[in-house]
Parts: sequence; structure tokens; C-alpha cells
Amino acid sequence: MSAEKEDKKFTTISIPTPLAEKIKKRIKGTGFTSLSSYVTYVLREVISGIEEESEEVFSKEDEEKVKERLRALGYLD
Amino acid sequence: MPKPHGGKLINRDLKQEPSDLSALPKFKINTNISEDILNISNGIFSPLEGFLCNNDLENVLTEKRLANDTPWTIPILLDFNKQDIKEIQEGDSILLINEENGVKAVLDIAEIYSYNKKTLAQSIYGTQDTNHPGVVNINNMKQLLLGGKISALESKPRNFDEYNLSPKETRFLFKEKGWKEVVAFQTRNPPHIGHEYVQKTALTFVDGIFINPIIGKKKIGDFKDEVILASYKSLMNHYYLKERSVMSILRTSMKYAGPREAIHHAIMRKNFGCTHFIVGRDHAGVGNFYKPYDAHDIFSEFPDLGIIPIFFRSFSRCTKCNSVVNDKICPHDQKYHINFSGKKIRELLRNGKIPPEDMMRKEVSETILKFDKPFVE
Repeated sequence: MSAEKEDKKFTTISIPTPLAEKIKKRIKGTGFTSLSSYVTYVLREVISGIEEESEEVFSKEDEEKVKERLRALGYLD
Repeated sequence: MPKPHGGKLINRDLKQEPSDLSALPKFKINTNISEDILNISNGIFSPLEGFLCNNDLENVLTEKRLANDTPWTIPILLDFNKQDIKEIQEGDSILLINEENGVKAVLDIAEIYSYNKKTLAQSIYGTQDTNHPGVVNINNMKQLLLGGKISALESKPRNFDEYNLSPKETRFLFKEKGWKEVVAFQTRNPPHIGHEYVQKTALTFVDGIFINPIIGKKKIGDFKDEVILASYKSLMNHYYLKERSVMSILRTSMKYAGPREAIHHAIMRKNFGCTHFIVGRDHAGVGNFYKPYDAHDIFSEFPDLGIIPIFFRSFSRCTKCNSVVNDKICPHDQKYHINFSGKKIRELLRNGKIPPEDMMRKEVSETILKFDKPFVE
């Protein structure tokens, strides 16, 4: 991969220096290899937790079709 | 119920055939690729809408994620030789056809690109050793790749369609059953007592279990697909609550990519609507290419996967405890432990003998022995 392409994959963010120092201490001896890898992990966790649970939306026609097939196959009574 | 992977359940089924279909260049694809097309079109591979383009492929290989940061570990690729389809270019559409299962799909070509087989094998399988079946498959791939969205047009009815539910259907089914938490179990073999314990232990903590055997190309000596399905049906009829268990097949090829494939298997089950996924010892492994619990460790790289792995170590029967145990719950020496050996069970069945009941349920063994030839020849 070219250096230019590699550059585009990452961006820089600023966090307070004392926080960065705390994190550096915390990740010593863990599987995290850098401050960036730890921050990326935490942010991915936070963002995915924010995503709401989904409620499938079926049209009436769709619902009937699915229900009929599941009944015919014995999955639903 | 979890959101489909990437946020939206993909549907790439074309309800109406385009009028200019006959004018499109035709390209014959193998059965594995045609299964990928069906899995893309009905949302099993959500959020993929087609075959990977180069930026996604590079990111999957280096970061185990699509270019938009969504976890994805196994690239879904369409390979071809330049001479197979003459005069095509990016922006064109072609008709993909498989004669065996009648799959027809349109591919809108977004990108035609080359790739490095060694990099591909090393990244996915962690090896370039040609004793690995996945490496052999990559070495047999054609010279170029086509990336772009697909639209599936049709496929022929096939064996076991009555057990083949789409994510849309399983999601509806789980909702109708009132299951909020569903654990998925992936299998390639008839169930022995160890499997049953794993499934029931996991089921104790959730609302339902989704047993999801992989159906497709098998090696000589493996159990035939119809044997796996009949044996599970028998086990479930006798020993599972109907309102707590569902079985449906998954048509896809095994890649034997160990840890990377464990993530891929979990993603597919998330798309079916499962909240939990059972990961056993050496999940999707082959030979000694992966350490026994590599497929457990990899999950720590994905805090945003959206499905909870349930890790199991090996179960065995302890003659001292007189029950099924694992190394976390039994204090007795290994000499008291009898492993559930798939090899030993297969050997007994091959000779027409019923395995001991503390290895495999009698009903399951009898179901298998009703088949004249239960193994792939």
C-alpha cells in the first residue's frame, strides 16, 4: 500500500495530555500496542453501543408471505 | 433483536427481469460463487451488496474491516480471466450464470483489478502453505477480480429448500416466537452428546437456539448433508423443546480460515437475527494451522461486532463425576475423561455399530444407520 493511501486511512485527533498519559500507563502490558489502538477500540465500542436495536418493518403483504411459508414448512403453528 | 450487520438487511433480488438481459455478455460462474450471490442477495452477507472492490479488499486484508470500518474478515470475490469475457470495462453489466443451481444474476462492474495471491493467502489464512485447502483454492483462482453490485434474478429449487430460511424469515420467526435473545450454533456433523451439552448450556441463558448446519461441498468420508439434517431432526424431536429450538441450513463453503472465519460465521448469524454465537475449540480450523483458541481470541479485536460470542472449551465425559464436564468444572484427572471423538463415532457407524449411548443418543445413531451410505464417497 502506498504511503499516500495509508495516510488517508487515518486522521489525527487531540486529547488532553494528562488523559493520554493515563491511557499510556493503563495499556502497559495489555494487548494494546499504542494510544491510538486503545482510543480506536474504545470509540468503536461506544459508537456500536449507541446504535439502536432494530424493529423489522414488514409490509402487510410481505408479512403474510413470510408467515405462510413458515407455516407451510412447519416452523410456525 | 440486533440490527443487521452494517445497519440494514440487504435485498438484492430483482423482482422484474431487465428487458435488455439477452444483450448482456454471459459469464459462467462456479457453484461456490453462485452461493455467494444468493447470500448477498438475501442479506446473509449484509452489508455487502456485491463482490468486493479493491479498497474494501485491501482494508479487509489489513484491518479485518471494510473501507467504512465495518468488521469484515473474509473477502467475497469474483475472479476471472481476461479471455473469459471479451471487451468488458468498468461501468458495463454482465450476466452471471451457474448451470448447477440455475443462479442468474446481473453484475454491474464497478472495478476490474489485479491482486496478489500470496498476500491474499497470507492475510486470510496466515500461511502460504499449499497443505492448507484455502491456499490451494486461492492458487487456483483466476488472474483478475471484478468488483461491483449484483442483482439476483433466479435460481432453481434444490434439495433441503424446506430447511432454508432467509434472514428476513428467521428474524420474523424469532419475533413471532417471542425470542429476544437467540444463540446460534454452527455445525458440519451429526450431533453427539458433547454438542448437545454445549447447545443446552448456552440455551439455558437465552430464549432460543438457532441450529444452523452448513450445507454444501464436502470431503470424502464426511457425513452427507441429508444425514446431518435427519440426525438433528431426530435429536430435536426427542430431546429439545419445540418452542425453544429452530433448525435451518446455511449454504456456503467452508474456508477453513480459523479465527477470521469465526468472525465471518458470527456476522452471518447476526444477520439471521441472533444475539449470541457459540465458538468452540479450533472453530473453522484445519490441520494444525491455528492454535485451539485462536478463534476465541480474535473476538477481542471487535468491540463493535454486534453479536456476543459464547466460548466453549472441549466437553468430555468424566467417569468419576458420571456426567459431561469440561476443564473448568471437573477436578478429576484426565484418565477419568472420555473425549467425544468424532473419528471414533464415525468408525463405529461405518461398521454398522451403534456408538455407546453416553457418546451419541440412540435415536441419532439409529437415524444415521438407516441410511445405506451415510458418508460422502
